[in-house]
Amino acid sequence: MERTKDAKKRVRTATWLSVIPGIGQFYNKQTFKGIAFLVVFALFIYEMIVFGFAAFTGMVTLGLTPGEDHSLFLLIEGSLQLLLTVIFFLFYAINIYDARKVAIQIVEEKKINKTAKDILKNVYHNGFPYLFTIPAYLVMIFAIIFPVLVTIFISFTNYDFYHIPPASLIDWVGFENFINMFFLSSYRDTFIAVLGWTIIWTLGATSLQIAIGIFTAVVLNQKFIKFKRLFGIIFLLPWAVPAFITIMSFSNMFNDSLGAINSQVIPFINSLVPFIDLGALPWKTDPFFTKIAIILVQGWLGFPYIYVLVSGILQSIPEEQYESAKIDGAGPIQRFRHITLPTILMIAAPVFITQYTFNLNNFNMIYLFNEGGPGSIGAGAGSTDILISWIFKLTTGTSPQYSIAAAVTLFISIFVITIALIVFKKTKAFEMED
Amino acid sequence: MSNLFRSQKSSRFFTKFFTYAFLLLLSVIILYPLLITASSAFKAGNISAFDLSFDATWTLDNFRRLFTETLYGEWYINTLVIAFVTMIVQVILITLAGYTFSRYRFIGRKKSLMFFLLVQMIPTTATLVAFYVMALLLGALDQSWFLMFLYIGGGIPMNTWLMKGYFDTIPYDLDESAKLDGAGHFRIFAQIVLPMAKPMIAVQALWAFMTPFGEYMLAKFLLRSPENYTVAIGLHTFISNPQEQKVALFSAGAILIAIPISILFFMLQKNFVSGLTAGGTKG
Repeated sequence: MERTKDAKKRVRTATWLSVIPGIGQFYNKQTFKGIAFLVVFALFIYEMIVFGFAAFTGMVTLGLTPGEDHSLFLLIEGSLQLLLTVIFFLFYAINIYDARKVAIQIVEEKKINKTAKDILKNVYHNGFPYLFTIPAYLVMIFAIIFPVLVTIFISFTNYDFYHIPPASLIDWVGFENFINMFFLSSYRDTFIAVLGWTIIWTLGATSLQIAIGIFTAVVLNQKFIKFKRLFGIIFLLPWAVPAFITIMSFSNMFNDSLGAINSQVIPFINSLVPFIDLGALPWKTDPFFTKIAIILVQGWLGFPYIYVLVSGILQSIPEEQYESAKIDGAGPIQRFRHITLPTILMIAAPVFITQYTFNLNNFNMIYLFNEGGPGSIGAGAGSTDILISWIFKLTTGTSPQYSIAAAVTLFISIFVITIALIVFKKTKAFEMED
Repeated sequence: MSNLFRSQKSSRFFTKFFTYAFLLLLSVIILYPLLITASSAFKAGNISAFDLSFDATWTLDNFRRLFTETLYGEWYINTLVIAFVTMIVQVILITLAGYTFSRYRFIGRKKSLMFFLLVQMIPTTATLVAFYVMALLLGALDQSWFLMFLYIGGGIPMNTWLMKGYFDTIPYDLDESAKLDGAGHFRIFAQIVLPMAKPMIAVQALWAFMTPFGEYMLAKFLLRSPENYTVAIGLHTFISNPQEQKVALFSAGAILIAIPISILFFMLQKNFVSGLTAGGTKG
């Protein structure tokens, strides 16, 4: 009874002492670790005094004198400092956790590493996984996390072509960009039009490529087919040839006056099929036809991936399953509906989902085919622009609207993550093994 | 009896007929645009739009013009450099991380994996504004190193997941017994598990290598002077100007990219089919 009380007190003391990193470790008689932790703590305090506080205040004001203060640099420095502070607090939490854990081990009279050599050895063994993952983390933090952080901040400022530092300052404007996006008529109309087409495009193009892919795989999986390998290679070509090349070729082929579709394919169809007489179609000048063309071309580009995946799955379905279904009197369509399709969906659902998110952000297809055109629907967007290509235009145009672009980016990210999480939860495809 | 037999036979005939009709039609639809592009590369004169016709003068002159009159050679070298660096660095990073997530149980592992999965969904190219501001601050506009950095980083979350999925399929018995024999962390990784992951590593290398060839948005945005372009933005300049379409040059340039990439693709095709299903289903 006495001992457990003592022990509890010991653990509590160690935990409380590590409010200043290192002290708890000294109390646990881990001098080397204590010094290391204390040094990290001191370095952070020093960094805060020399740079950190100024960075945070700079971030709050975003500069006071135009021409002298560079709002963007202040914003970036503030974001960096924020990242560093978060990392420090992570370390801080680990420090408290460590002091507590070691104190418990001492109380339970387990062996504790006290010398520097023991601790380094321990760090090597238990730290090995961290050693191997830290490089990936570092690159990811600066190539993804930090940009996302900066994008979030920019979406709450008025950074646009009227406010280009260092000549003028940028200011915080709260939710103005989001309010404009959802309520101000000029941006709202464009946003809703672009979002609507983005959704139609994503669902249409992806579903088309999945449908063609599954159908092709099922057809080619029949036993009697000769030259299977040859067909297999041909059907892989759209995937093997880099997409940007074929998109640009298609873009030329769909040219209204000179392109091969209007000058060669349509006349050919007219001569082949009786009672049909199609004229040249306005593929690149009428939004409706451009949209049809873009979806068809994406079907062409994207089906081989699905076809390959589904072919693999089909070969894994045991023959007996079909045989017994046949004996029970199931026709080919019933067999497909009740055996083939469920198996495919069960295995390939996560890949199908990644295809939807891929097309949601398929900039190449939209931009390289007709640069988002034809025409304009206001706020810098063309009639076939999807959100991602609209962001590109908002950022690169002659009168850039950086903060609106950042707000749209944020919207897509939240939108995609929400939907993906719901779907992943439902399909349980990414359940962890332990 | 004979009636039934006949109907079954004719239905089999129809199945065959429609199957082959479909396969042939699909083949034509696939080959038509590819043949158009390929044949245009060998046609003389300044054609501005292409179709499939064979009454042209055939020539290799377009390839000569490509390397003497345009910056194509420089674009190609730029792209190769970016592709190689991206491939090597990214493969190293994701192999180490994927191996660790598969083989070690450590504090923060599960949270990290969830984090990678979440980050993977963010459309990284969409944070264009932030890249622009960062590039301004670092003086990295028009610099290819910044582009490489973004390519490497952007692929990490998704590819680490796929890599981990593949490592999961490699049996644990081997490294367990090696551990009993006293092999250290590095030896188990480098000599036992790594060789077995070669197929997936090859696939990841190919994908990382192909990214800079096909990526347009970031390259177009960051690279400003024509001599720094990659092939994707360079070739686009040939056909993006409606007044002056250099379709023959575009086709010649396209062939020189499509052929090596397709060969690499078909060489590794078996690998990535299995990698795809393993990574996709194992989770």
